[in-house]
Amino acid sequence: MRRMKRPPDQEYLAVIGAGVMGTSITAMALGHSVDVVLIDKDASQLDRARRQISQQLRHGRLLSQFPSDLPAGQLETSTEIDMAGTTIAVIESITENGDLKRVLLRQVSDHVRPGTPLISNTSSIPIDELAQGLPRPEDVAGVHFMNPAYLIKMVEVIRGPRTAQTTMERVKSLLKALDRQVIVVNDNPGFVTSRLLHPMLNDAARLAHAGVATVESIDSLMTGCLGHPVGPLRTADLIGLDNLVDSLEALYERTGEEHFRPCDMLLDKVKTGHLGRKTGRGFYEYQGG
Amino acid sequence: MFSENHAQSQELDFLGVTSELLAMLNKRLGTAVEPDQDLFADGLITSLFALELVVQMENTFNVFIEGPDLQIANFRTVNHMAHLIFRLATTS
Repeated sequence: MRRMKRPPDQEYLAVIGAGVMGTSITAMALGHSVDVVLIDKDASQLDRARRQISQQLRHGRLLSQFPSDLPAGQLETSTEIDMAGTTIAVIESITENGDLKRVLLRQVSDHVRPGTPLISNTSSIPIDELAQGLPRPEDVAGVHFMNPAYLIKMVEVIRGPRTAQTTMERVKSLLKALDRQVIVVNDNPGFVTSRLLHPMLNDAARLAHAGVATVESIDSLMTGCLGHPVGPLRTADLIGLDNLVDSLEALYERTGEEHFRPCDMLLDKVKTGHLGRKTGRGFYEYQGG
Repeated sequence: MFSENHAQSQELDFLGVTSELLAMLNKRLGTAVEPDQDLFADGLITSLFALELVVQMENTFNVFIEGPDLQIANFRTVNHMAHLIFRLATTS
């Protein structure tokens, strides 16, 4: 992929990992007039992301999620960790695997100025584990965006035990520019949202598998009786079942709690490649993306 | 069907657009809707479904919906959608 030389004063946000989350985080930032360099090792994934981002920008505009008086930010993509210019922050949204994330963050920290926030969009892995072995663990913080990031305004921000106050302030000022609502929590496997949500999604799949109720009935009960917006199994499809299994495994490993152990139905769906909305089939079937 | 007429005459008529939209929504939602029914207030169209609908309308009627036209107010009812499509198709 071509490499453009960015002038040293050009400010941008770097997003690493062009999967479901990296893509929608990028669309959200562009919609708020922030320039983004989106990085992924796979060039075809970047092509796909470009197409999705332009649709997501339209979607966000349709739903009045972006300021109408600002032009969209500029998007650049790269297959290399290219941090020329001024990186205001790095957001990593690669596969939910602690070792991969740690290696990546170590590489990235060699390319950015000290004090540049290194943000992980992990849904489950403790931030302090990701900061382990980095030259500047104080630069690392967690921002757990929800999917789709350009529609859900609230984000869960995680302060690790070693995260510096200046890092927290920089992260908050970035999120303010992106018009996000911030709730700060302390470090812990799964933080608050995944810690509470993921076992429920896992149990919902168990109930469907055991034949207690159909997929549709489970979601209908949770929406109709309990006020959930779409129901647990539709949520699981939206998250991506591969990612859900990775997160559950990360939580199970770190807590030993049985309700985090991914159930057979989830594992089977992942094995057969039915990963939810992104592949057109999970607990439900989807047409037209 | 409207699309056949459209191909033959190369001309859009407002009632034709309306009935095609009603058929499209009927198929996608699995329930019949009225031309003046507020689809968002009734929860029939969710935020995630909204863009799929826009893309399907663009493909069906060969229009491109952008800029200030791309706002929920234009998709609230079938009548609103038909007005938008009719305007885009006849001014382009």
